[in-house]
Amino acid sequence: MDLNDTPQQAEYRAKVRSWLEEHKHEAPVLQGEGAIEDEHEAVEAHRAWQRKLAEAGLTGVTWPTEYGGQGLGPLEQVIVNQEISRAGVPGILDAIGVGMLGPTIIAHGTEEQKQRYLAAMLHGDEVWCQLFSEPAAGSDLAGIQSRAKPQDDGSWVLNGQKVWTTNAQFASFGLLLARTDPDVPKHKGLTMFIVPMDAEGVTVRGLRQITGDAEFNEVFFDDVALDPDLVVGPVNGGWGTALTTLMFERLTIGGGGEGMGYRADRFARALASDPAAVRDPEVRKRFGELATDLLALRFTGYRILTALQRGQIPGPEAGMGKVTVVNAAVAAGDLIADVIGPDAFSLDDEWNYLISFLPGLKSAGGTEEILRNTVGERVLGLPPEPRLDKGIPFSELRDKEREAAGASA
Amino acid sequence: MNFELSDEQRALQEAARGALSRHKTLEAARDALDGGERLDLWDMAREVGWPGLLVSEEHGGAGLGGLDAMLVLAECGRVLASVPLLGHVPATAVLDAAGSHAELLSALADGERRAAFAGAQPPGDLSQEWTADPRRGHARVPAPRAEVDGDAAVVTGEVAWVPDAPGADVLVVAVVDADGAARAVLVDAGAQGVTVEPVVRYDATRLLGHVRLDGARGEVLAAADTELAAAWYLGQGLLAAESLGAVERALEVSVEYAKERFTFGRAIGSYQAVKHALVEVLRRQENARSLMYYAGWARQDAPAEFPLAASAARVAAGRALDFAARELISVHGGIGATWEHDAPYYFRRAQLSRRLLGGMGSATDRVAGELLGQAAA
Ligand SMILES: Cc1cc2nc3c(=O)[nH]c(=O)nc-3n(C[C@H](O)[C@H](O)[C@H](O)COP(=O)(O)OP(=O)(O)OC[C@H]3O[C@@H](n4cnc5c(N)ncnc54)[C@H](O)[C@@H]3O)c2cc1C
Repeated sequence: MDLNDTPQQAEYRAKVRSWLEEHKHEAPVLQGEGAIEDEHEAVEAHRAWQRKLAEAGLTGVTWPTEYGGQGLGPLEQVIVNQEISRAGVPGILDAIGVGMLGPTIIAHGTEEQKQRYLAAMLHGDEVWCQLFSEPAAGSDLAGIQSRAKPQDDGSWVLNGQKVWTTNAQFASFGLLLARTDPDVPKHKGLTMFIVPMDAEGVTVRGLRQITGDAEFNEVFFDDVALDPDLVVGPVNGGWGTALTTLMFERLTIGGGGEGMGYRADRFARALASDPAAVRDPEVRKRFGELATDLLALRFTGYRILTALQRGQIPGPEAGMGKVTVVNAAVAAGDLIADVIGPDAFSLDDEWNYLISFLPGLKSAGGTEEILRNTVGERVLGLPPEPRLDKGIPFSELRDKEREAAGASA
Repeated sequence: MNFELSDEQRALQEAARGALSRHKTLEAARDALDGGERLDLWDMAREVGWPGLLVSEEHGGAGLGGLDAMLVLAECGRVLASVPLLGHVPATAVLDAAGSHAELLSALADGERRAAFAGAQPPGDLSQEWTADPRRGHARVPAPRAEVDGDAAVVTGEVAWVPDAPGADVLVVAVVDADGAARAVLVDAGAQGVTVEPVVRYDATRLLGHVRLDGARGEVLAAADTELAAAWYLGQGLLAAESLGAVERALEVSVEYAKERFTFGRAIGSYQAVKHALVEVLRRQENARSLMYYAGWARQDAPAEFPLAASAARVAAGRALDFAARELISVHGGIGATWEHDAPYYFRRAQLSRRLLGGMGSATDRVAGELLGQAAA
């Protein structure tokens, strides 16, 4: 076992660190004390920061060089994350695009799509959003109803609604899953599209969250015309394309808990500044337990990286990272609020946001129940539950569901 | 970066599993509780070279690392095998660090003689004291005191619940001298003033003893107090590993049963209440494994982090085993609660282990203390 950098990695780390040292005063303050208040201003400052990181080669570290990436391994990406966190500066604005949607386009897109979209995404010039969830389909994503109909000239017309769409309020593009054939079972008739957010017929409405901010939105599509070259991956093969995005999503949230700032040492600093808390056995017990989980997450991350680096698929340890990080961070926020008292909830306190954001994060990117189902079936090999939607054309499914809901009402 | 087991470590694991599979350890666990004799696998351990795992090669040992020893303990834990390594291995680590007593070390490495470590919990961020496990109750007791004169020491005090003390030939004792400094003292188990009272509680596979020292004469070892602390934390890491192994087996058996037992026309493993609980066992198991690797790595490459790493591994594995053992029983329904089933022996192992070597409470507190101490610095 070896956690040390190789000479090349050490050199890379030194380079990253010195760039950050030199430029960290240019980074915007986005949270806590002194944060930029105006939302639009904050986004533009964050965008400018992403551009600087991109120009320095610190975004898309693992992306191929022909699309503006660095063509390096997952380890170098981790080195960049670690150094960004060490420098105390924000990461990129478009983590969803660069972390999940760009890699989906790299895996399934055409060469023209890669040339057109990827570099602008990396630089933050065009931010992306993930248009998957709908009011009636989240966990059961394959049940989406947004409908894209083929036209005689090969283009498509899109109608429907998406919801909980993070960053849609300033995104240039969205990656959207739509139903293209309702007369086949629900996983079969789906297609992935790129949607220009400024297209005619696209309406974005902000939804305020527990934090009080509106970071996610509902998005409406009324007869939106989509060119044929906006299809990503095979027509009616969108489920496979979506699975690629979801895989990257889980790696981003589960493996990146530390990158999201949910680190044992950060919580320790908050508690250590209160001498009475440091001596309180109850505080110590709660902190010892949640810190154990957060430490486990860090070293699980190294196991996952080792596998990725060897070109292997990570083992069972990878699936539950999100559950561990969210629950441990919830426990940390709860403990810190107990220690600080009501003042932890004051608007300019860093814990206010953390505490309010976490309940939603439990659902984002797959709920705990869904993750446990997936791991139970795929990793432990336990039998799935009986399903009532297998093999039924999507067009007949809604009627059946309505009937069942009516019967139980 | 490489944070996985090496091929050699996998081979060690497989060899250990193979050697242990030739013994009916679970039946032995039941028999021992029924008043039969404890199946002691020391001879088997000698054949495969475990007594000398951490002893350097020049003294006849294998010269391996802490993680290797943990892997062996995990295999023992899987099948609840009684191999007195939990006390022996940390004792040999202290002796090896001291660098004296070559002859004794090679006898210990060979397994011809056996050692036990009567350790003390090192000072933490809030307390400067070295403390030992008490016989009963919540208050920890001061580590034994020693009058030191050159290499000679006269030791008085008690350490309760010492793993593998009964039958050990020598004891490595963590003591505090007149200046309040921690010292390692080597005591012959047969020396005057030494009493080892064997105690069996709840899990009859576990060899434990109360060690009493009444003016017992011993030799001061040239091991720094950091070595004594490292030996305490090695004990935490080994106990964590042993628990992790037991979790693995408990999960395998639970999953197997959940696939074949049917109720209401479905396998019980298809019900979410059962499935999610088994996934929780898996989650805790993998977290504990990551921390065991951390402990093994830290002992070698980041000694300053070893107290944190080993304590965290202990916390994660102890909690995992408690959960896994209870789940093993409930997944099996009525049969899981019977003497005939293996589940109760995993449960007994879980409950006793959690209370040994400072207990889970101390380990959890140590995780907090290490991190809070670093943050304040
Ligand atoms: C902060 C935040 C940001 C988000 N950002 C985006 C985004 O950018 N783009 C996007 O597309 N989506 C986004 N989402 C949506 C997110 O992916 C969904 O909320 C999530 O998948 C759950 O879907 P749902 O809300 O429809 O809940 P449902 O699927 O209706 O679930 C409701 C409850 O039922 C439980 N449940 C459902 N099915 C089962 C089952 N089979 N077994 C057991 N329990 C079950 C769930 O666990 C949950 O507790 C975001 C969500 C949040 C909170």
